[in-house]
Amino acid sequence: MLNPKEIRKDFPILDLQVYGKPLVYLDNAATSQKPNQVIDTLTTYYRNYNSNVHRGVHSLSIKATELYESAREKIAKFINAQSDSLIYTKGTTDAINLVAHSWGVNNIQAGDEILLTEMEHHSNLVPWQILAKRNGATLKFIPVTESGMLDLSQLNTLLTSKTKLVAITQMSNALGTINPVKEICKQGHAAGAYILIDGAQSVPHMPVDVEDMDCDFLAFSSHKMLGPTGIGCLYIKKSILETMDPVNHGGDMVKEVTLNHATWNDLPIRFEAGTPNIADAIAFGTAIDYLTDLGMDQVQAYEEHLTRYALDVVKGLSENFIFYGPPNPAERGAIISFHCPEIHPHDIGTILDREGIAIRAGHHCAMPLVNGRLGLPATARASFYVYNTEHEVDVLAASLKTTLQYFNR
Amino acid sequence: MSSSNTSFNELDDIYQDIILDHYRHPRNKAKMPDPDLVSRGFNPFCGDEVILMIKLSTENQINTISFTGQGCSISQASASILTELIKGKHIKETMEISNMFRNLVKGLSIGDEELDKLGELEALKGVSKFPVRIKCALLPWSTLEDAISTNKAS
Repeated sequence: MLNPKEIRKDFPILDLQVYGKPLVYLDNAATSQKPNQVIDTLTTYYRNYNSNVHRGVHSLSIKATELYESAREKIAKFINAQSDSLIYTKGTTDAINLVAHSWGVNNIQAGDEILLTEMEHHSNLVPWQILAKRNGATLKFIPVTESGMLDLSQLNTLLTSKTKLVAITQMSNALGTINPVKEICKQGHAAGAYILIDGAQSVPHMPVDVEDMDCDFLAFSSHKMLGPTGIGCLYIKKSILETMDPVNHGGDMVKEVTLNHATWNDLPIRFEAGTPNIADAIAFGTAIDYLTDLGMDQVQAYEEHLTRYALDVVKGLSENFIFYGPPNPAERGAIISFHCPEIHPHDIGTILDREGIAIRAGHHCAMPLVNGRLGLPATARASFYVYNTEHEVDVLAASLKTTLQYFNR
Repeated sequence: MSSSNTSFNELDDIYQDIILDHYRHPRNKAKMPDPDLVSRGFNPFCGDEVILMIKLSTENQINTISFTGQGCSISQASASILTELIKGKHIKETMEISNMFRNLVKGLSIGDEELDKLGELEALKGVSKFPVRIKCALLPWSTLEDAISTNKAS
């Protein structure tokens, strides 16, 4: 089992005090903290290697290119992909938009159907709304059950000969639900659809293997997995990637340019026009090293253990708080979403902040799920990572009790 | 709550008894049939919602006012106090109160005479120490301003 106390030593921010209390950082589904290794990679790069990539003949540029491309190889290996199938993006949102603007615009036609779920983050919903309007396609949704799981009993009828794309999250950012994406890929492909997986929450917290899952697209972000903000990746199955047109045009993505014509560079560089986010890509590679050293099996096992512990502890609060998401810790990530009829989530968030506890309150960019399906204005959400401890779960539970006493004084 | 807990004591600046009372027992919270003015305010950041419904006199005084909505204690208490405070007032005067209240929650200094006009709204003064919650306190007032400016436009 991972030892969070050892891991914490690598994260300087976790030593902070907030309002005189030790920081209890439980907003990892929004963004994770960064270990010294990642922070040092950024400063080392700017101190020693800073240079533009790909076109330079001088030593610094060669070194920067080598680091940038070796990070891509590490990230690709992390999800069991080839590095020429992996495009650097700004993050998950940027990656999904790239698919919509390139593959989507050319392949989704009038009358086609795009199958989503009711639990998608806005970033895996709004790009498809826009594309559907633009190309005359229809959106359909896999419903969510009372316990926050996908109702897959309807999958067979929702998948039709018109379904061109299934775009689905592997782990709900609002509830933590882990969806059976491998089975959905299988059924989706059998119906002739392409499959996009939003891996923003899953890739940081569990082993993800694109070959085994057999998805066509996988999007994920560095900043939710110990790396810097502003960098993420899009995996695209090679046979599909080869047919896709670049969305951004300019330097680095071209091979030969005349006054009236240009040819595209090799894959995947043709999708990375302009000077890329070099330092953050390299530091993302360091975050991947860190997680690889921990072992993603170990990461998942520890988080499942912590979730089990948390669900057990919060049972003592069930008189006043309602907890959402699958009851079985094996079917969910380390995200605890809850609501208290007596206290609005934002008031809970403000009061916990004064206890040093960072949680998130709101619709978690999943308004159709939280406001629509659950019928709540907002939920409070505590989300964990490898450095969180059982003690922090206890602090959260105790503070929720004092919050209740304070508010109902 | 134990008075030895300093961090909870700082919370008393924002969660005063008056605020919690208005939150738990909102005044004038009801739908109004056939209002002269209706406006819906929504804060996408936290999902707070306030819908104001107003009937005006022929002299543009607030004859009746009610609200519906959902949200945090600050936004809902602010709406509840608003309905009590501006009833019977001329819309011009309500805009003056709105401006004074904006200054109050932004932490600007306010004279005693102005403070008198703000009545129970003074209980929301502490919001100025919680910058992310200022929007919550102002939501009903922005909604009122929208309602009145729409009325003028029509």
